Amino acid sequence: MIKEILHSNPRMEIVFNGIIKENPVLTLLLGLCPALAVTTSAVNGLGMGLSAMFVLICSNVVVSSLKTIIPDRVRIPSYIVVIASFVTILGLLLKAYLPELDKALGLYIPLIVVNCIILGRAEMFASKRSVGDSALDGLGMGLGFTMALLLIGAIRELLGGGTLFGVELTSQWIEPMSIFMLAPGGFFVLGCLVALINVLTRGRGVKVVEIGCDSCKGCDSQGKCGESK
Amino acid sequence: MKEMAFILMSMVLVDNLVLSKFLGICPFLGVSKKMDSALGMSYAVITVMVLATAATWPIYTYFLKPYGIEFLQTIVFILVIASLVQLMEMGLKKYVPSLHGGLGVYLPLITTNCAVLGIAILNLDNEYSFLQSLVNALGGGLGFLVALVLFSGVRRQLEGSNVPLAFRGIPATLIAASILALSFMGFAGVVDGIFM
Repeated sequence: MIKEILHSNPRMEIVFNGIIKENPVLTLLLGLCPALAVTTSAVNGLGMGLSAMFVLICSNVVVSSLKTIIPDRVRIPSYIVVIASFVTILGLLLKAYLPELDKALGLYIPLIVVNCIILGRAEMFASKRSVGDSALDGLGMGLGFTMALLLIGAIRELLGGGTLFGVELTSQWIEPMSIFMLAPGGFFVLGCLVALINVLTRGRGVKVVEIGCDSCKGCDSQGKCGESK
Repeated sequence: MKEMAFILMSMVLVDNLVLSKFLGICPFLGVSKKMDSALGMSYAVITVMVLATAATWPIYTYFLKPYGIEFLQTIVFILVIASLVQLMEMGLKKYVPSLHGGLGVYLPLITTNCAVLGIAILNLDNEYSFLQSLVNALGGGLGFLVALVLFSGVRRQLEGSNVPLAFRGIPATLIAASILALSFMGFAGVVDGIFM
């Protein structure tokens, strides 16, 4: 039933592709640095996800509309400049309107530039497809990223602080385990989530997550790092 | 001198880039399967990190800041790092081909390594002097090396062990990383203890 709806409309498929089938964090294991670093609370995860989504949609649109102008040989640096410009705009906007979130995300805002999801989508999708499709792809991938970060953030906040979006929930019954707010908790929660995806998808024959950075498809160093086949 | 040693030690042990700041997770998971590739990647990261700091610190302090265009920091830094890596690769290929064989393959991967850009920005956030920044970059790189080498040992053990089916591959690796990060938390306070 759901599949029929998804496949009935190619546009819809592009959006949902990023959310479920090719979720950047949970199945492709891209952009793990922000996914682990800022997800100490659900709000931070949501903020980071939406920030990356903004950059992703904007850069996809610009890259797609410039695809005939950018010479092939300098395309990667050009994409990086486009992405870096939008990250700068984002940084200034956050500083002006959401200073608290800006403080919480801190260093990881400028680091959106080197988030492999964004460069990967520019190279793999936006440089080949129409502007509209690219925007939808940015939306889908951004939503998938946001949802994954929100999920990780919510789990870590709930287990580590007993709250969700700052609202007290379980702290009366379960002693908050602050380790989940710290670095080891991040790795642990993500590991368990990927294992869960493994269990859920194996029956349906969706590809099982394999070892490695798994970004070989769009990676500059394909065949060089010893991981790619 | 004491201060330099303090920065170096705390970057390696306490504020380890990979295990406490989550910078450079992709190479940490990607090339830590074998000890020699872990070492090669780490050497490349240390070199690029120190050089990138040596390039970006003066650019920020003597160019961006006096002209009040600090907001261009991100764009300028990423371009400087990308060209630096490209130049290094070309230089190594031409003049030191033996080193290029070992190090060169890891260089293109480094441009999009968030640890390098992260260190360049951290130096400025902490308002380090030029020398402090260089030491900070060196410490960050060494911390990366320590984490990668230790983890490649863990992974070799992990490959031979019988892991539940669902956890095979990346999940088990992430759980192992979690335990490694946990053990590194034990270093908190150690560096303060030594130098205070």
